[in-house]
Amino acid sequence: MKHTLVALMEDKPGVLNRVSGLFRRRNYNIESLSVGHSETPGISRMTIVVNGDERVVDQVVKQLEKLVNVTQVWNVTNMPTVVRELALIKVKAAHGTRSEIVELVNIFRARVVDVGATSLTIEITGPEDRVNSLIDLLRPFGIEEMARTGRVAMVRGGNGKSGEATSR
Amino acid sequence: MKLSGAQIVWESLVREGVKTVFGISGGAVIHLYHALPDYPIHHVLMRHEQGAAHAADGYARATGQVGVCMATSGPGATNLVTGLATAYMDSSPVVAITGQVATPFIGTDAFQEVDITGITLPITKHNYLVTDVRELATVIKEAFYIARTGRPGPVLIDIAKDVQAAQTEYVYPDEVNLPGYRLPRPVPVEQIRQIAEMINAATKPLIIAGHGVILAGAEDALLELVEKARIPVVTTLLGISSIPETHPLCLGMGGMHGEAHTNMALSNADLIVSLGCRFDDRLTGPVSHFARQARIVHVDVDAAELGKNVRPDLAVAGDLREVLPALVPLVEPADHAEWLECIQEWRLDSARRDILNRETDNRLLPQYVVRQIWQATEGEVIVVSDVGQNQMWEAQYFFHHRRRGLISSGGLGTMGFALPAAIGVQMARPDQQVWVTAGDGGFQMNIQELATVVQEKLPLKIAILNNGYLGMVRQWQQLFFEGRYSGTPLLGPNFAKVAEAYGIPGLRVCEKAEVVPAIQQALATPGPFLIDFLIEQEENVYPMVAPGSPICNMIRRPLETEEV
Repeated sequence: MKHTLVALMEDKPGVLNRVSGLFRRRNYNIESLSVGHSETPGISRMTIVVNGDERVVDQVVKQLEKLVNVTQVWNVTNMPTVVRELALIKVKAAHGTRSEIVELVNIFRARVVDVGATSLTIEITGPEDRVNSLIDLLRPFGIEEMARTGRVAMVRGGNGKSGEATSR
Repeated sequence: MKLSGAQIVWESLVREGVKTVFGISGGAVIHLYHALPDYPIHHVLMRHEQGAAHAADGYARATGQVGVCMATSGPGATNLVTGLATAYMDSSPVVAITGQVATPFIGTDAFQEVDITGITLPITKHNYLVTDVRELATVIKEAFYIARTGRPGPVLIDIAKDVQAAQTEYVYPDEVNLPGYRLPRPVPVEQIRQIAEMINAATKPLIIAGHGVILAGAEDALLELVEKARIPVVTTLLGISSIPETHPLCLGMGGMHGEAHTNMALSNADLIVSLGCRFDDRLTGPVSHFARQARIVHVDVDAAELGKNVRPDLAVAGDLREVLPALVPLVEPADHAEWLECIQEWRLDSARRDILNRETDNRLLPQYVVRQIWQATEGEVIVVSDVGQNQMWEAQYFFHHRRRGLISSGGLGTMGFALPAAIGVQMARPDQQVWVTAGDGGFQMNIQELATVVQEKLPLKIAILNNGYLGMVRQWQQLFFEGRYSGTPLLGPNFAKVAEAYGIPGLRVCEKAEVVPAIQQALATPGPFLIDFLIEQEENVYPMVAPGSPICNMIRRPLETEEV
């Protein structure tokens, strides 16, 4: 089963290496990992999607907590969350197919962000399954290039940080 | 006060209470060594950086204080790696300081440059690369704090050469600011009550005492608990000396080479209370078959150990220093007479099979050597053992009643550990007699440290159990690999003569009758002494649990009457 973890960590050289090194060394199966700034200067926020049973995820959380530069870890899998992923997809577009692609883009509330002579670049933001659906529908046209960010997640509502109430 | 980076290092070490540093100089630490003579710190010049790391580790294990080692960049730093991994696996508080090429050269593959913080990432509790002298004091403060608190472990500080030369205003911080570093929280009283209830309800309770008991300094509370409720205790290899092995409730080491009665107790208990033990595979065998009759309580300072290998019925994350004293008053006095009687039966069977109870056996057996060292010293010594058969015989036949009386590489199983670690132990405990027990294979892996022994005038007593094999692997080959001794027969020197060449008196012993006089001579000779015991070459460690078997299925030494 897939689990979503959110981790906050000090924005210092080598911290990403510490986290990724931990996953490799402990043989954890990581589906995606995305990292960027958080609301606090000097603190990065990472969203990790990990494959495994409860026991594996429990270990991942505990081992992450042992890293000196990691300040907080939450397992948000069973919480109401807003989950998003962004993808840029460059798809072949000839005269005959261009309008069909644009139609799909509109249905998915995605956007065309670049128009070339033989291609269209599409941006979609949404839950992963919606991103996946669009990609599946675009594939027959010929996807030339694709970049996905991996999942980012945030607990809904409340008046504080993600999952603070359940933080260990 | 303006100090150079090099001066900041030594000044801070002095403030951390460091009196001894084990190391080897080199180009990238030349500023550090230049400043060293101005400070009240004794530097022990080792002969290999691996030795320096083991010595710092030994120092730490003998005292509970942080051991410090130092090495130059590149090969100096990589030579520390085995020693750091050893300390990491056994939760030993070590701070390693390495020199790094100057900051403008970092990343250019400069002479003797290596990414030692990258290399040691998975074998240190934490590490630092210092490229700004203003950060240096804070980093040293944090490194010592991280190394010794919570679950202890090694921390490496890599300092660029130009940082050692640069000057800055020196302020040593009083406190650390580590928002992501978690110390164990107090254990809720409710959980301690739950442990007590489970103990009070058990009819066949058993304690597993691990290294954590010793690291926490919780030996007194353990003994109190054990005696109050008369609960037998099994130790791990590194848990040896957490309770005196001469105590009637101490069953000794369990697991792959545990005594049969110990493994039978583990397999038949209805409650196992594990204290500071990480359920290593050498103790448990296949976890699916481990202690099937028992409910398991697991107490550990490191929450990540709970449920990692064995799934406990009750998991308690906490410091044994607090948990055990709180637990004792809640446990009801008990005698568990039936259970102890049952264990006693198994114990008698073990004694019947003990090779030392065969009076007619005149071969020079390693078990006999170890037992005679124990008798001659009355166990009043610290033994630093190496790895392999010699380590298991030491664990089985020497009864450690002194605290921190056995020092050995458990988790990593590092051959070559004993001699350099013993140097650290003896430096930390000049008032104690320290014995090294090693095999001929492991001893040759760090034999160069004999020079350090002489240089520091250390009165180490060294016993080599010399069987001309990498004996533990030979034993596996004999039992499980059709007796093909591939890569295990081992040529060695006359160790007594090697010792002599270093200036250490040595003896070679070939007969059983010579064992006791040789040990007496070693004891009577001031300063270091080495005995090369040419033991029975193909003697095995028994009992043995075959890899992959449940620990109750032991290969036993046959009864004398069964032998044809």
